[in-house]
Amino acid sequence: MKNKLVCYFSAAQSEQPIVYRLIKNYDLIINILKADINPQKEGYLVIEVEGERDKYEEGVGFLKSLGVIVDPLSETIIWDEAICIQCGACASFCPTEALVIERDSMLVSFENSKCVVCGMCLDCCPTRAIKLHFEIKEAV
Amino acid sequence: MMAYQKSYEEINEKIKRGEAVVVTAEEVIGIVEEKGVAQAAREIDVVTTGTFGPMCSSGAFINFGHSKPRIKMKKVWLNGVEAYSGIAAVDAYIGAGQLPENDPENKVFPGRFTYGGGHVIHDLVARKEIRLEAIAYGTDCYPNKQVDTVITLDDINEAFIFNPRNAYQNYNCAINLGDRTLYTYMGILKPRIGNASYSTSGQLSPLLNDPHYRTIGIGTKIFLGGGVGYVAWNGTQHHPNVLRGDNGVPMVTAGTLAVIGDLKQMDPNWLVGLSYIGYGATMAVGIGIPIPILDEEMLLYTAVKDEDIYCPIVDFYEGYPYSKPIDLGFANFKELKSGRIDINGKSVVTTSQSSYPRARQIAAILKEWIKKGDFELTRPVAPLPSADANIDFKSIPERKTNGNGFSGRNRRD
Repeated sequence: MKNKLVCYFSAAQSEQPIVYRLIKNYDLIINILKADINPQKEGYLVIEVEGERDKYEEGVGFLKSLGVIVDPLSETIIWDEAICIQCGACASFCPTEALVIERDSMLVSFENSKCVVCGMCLDCCPTRAIKLHFEIKEAV
Repeated sequence: MMAYQKSYEEINEKIKRGEAVVVTAEEVIGIVEEKGVAQAAREIDVVTTGTFGPMCSSGAFINFGHSKPRIKMKKVWLNGVEAYSGIAAVDAYIGAGQLPENDPENKVFPGRFTYGGGHVIHDLVARKEIRLEAIAYGTDCYPNKQVDTVITLDDINEAFIFNPRNAYQNYNCAINLGDRTLYTYMGILKPRIGNASYSTSGQLSPLLNDPHYRTIGIGTKIFLGGGVGYVAWNGTQHHPNVLRGDNGVPMVTAGTLAVIGDLKQMDPNWLVGLSYIGYGATMAVGIGIPIPILDEEMLLYTAVKDEDIYCPIVDFYEGYPYSKPIDLGFANFKELKSGRIDINGKSVVTTSQSSYPRARQIAAILKEWIKKGDFELTRPVAPLPSADANIDFKSIPERKTNGNGFSGRNRRD
């Protein structure tokens, strides 16, 4: 199985080689998507975790046993209207019509509730006005 | 009855008095339908056009001023992007498509091309701080060998846009006949004709409203990048003697413009760095050209509608890259804008690369400038080669170098 997780940790936990243990002891494939540690050494780690189901669950259990708070990752697409030049290149790639062109004005609009975060629009936007946003809580 | 005519002078007099009747290339269509050609030609003085899309053949000349001591720059970089410095000591040309020295390019395909020369130009116009690095070998007159500093557009002497090929008169509609996704300058092309990508502002596009370049020529004053610019020459690959419809509008890529203008009075909204995944970096350029309604013929040209404009459908799997002639017919611009076209009986979703809303805005801004009396029209000082020209479209010849005789160094021995 494969999942994206946000791990929130405190200073004591950030001293430990958490990713190494997940790989070495639980045979998991870890892809670090984003990480941020503040000067007090508190922070979060966004990881994609892939492996056998029981190993995956044991690995997550290991994180929790250390006191790391583990949440499923919530991703959203952000469309920055100020950067968008209204070329319309994104709309034909959007499978759910979250990004659409109103044909009279030829203006692009984005409806977040229709978005399934497939990420196709990220590649085809030449101004990079569309960004993937990881929802991260304040560091614990 | 003699056909109605207006001179540049008469139109400019009306502009100066604030009485000129100015409409956009969209608005003129309805006016002609309502009032007829004869009356509309009498009433309308100027039609404004606009286009805003990726134009790779763009860049800016810059004079940095001198360091102390003086320097003859051998190589120069702006935010890590090299500008060409094989001209005078502190002159350089930054091209829109230039990439940073250490860009990963397509080594991991498809590359991201996050930053390039077009982004540098955008950042310059946005008055952002730019790192300027230069190296030199040092001479008696120019002893300095290195510069590493931070500049803004206000710190440099001259900066002017000089774009060798902009405002293409018509452009291909790109599709992919292959079975893998293509990453092109026409954007992402999905396999097996998964989409059809186009890039022109159609009925608003400058050269589609003056198909034989009667009023757009060398010296024509234009909207360029949010400021004022001029047509400097025909653009590179200007190829006017091509297939045209009954309305005179080319049905394939045809005329192009080389344009020039002061970067310092431009606006970052109208010069925007672009990143095309798997292809490279480039820049979107905003251009608007006013067309004087000298007579009924000019009015008819400017009244061209999307449904009267066609462009060729071109395969980018083999047809374009390997110059294989594959006849896929033509797409109509009205249908392209509707979001779907029909190719070989299959309904294909269309992908736009050029911004129609921005083109519309440019035509509207230029209209306001002229109505307020801030912008007069220019009679071209020389015409561009037109449909009666005899221009061959050349390719690079394949010849043997035979190893010697071509090195400049040897010739100076």
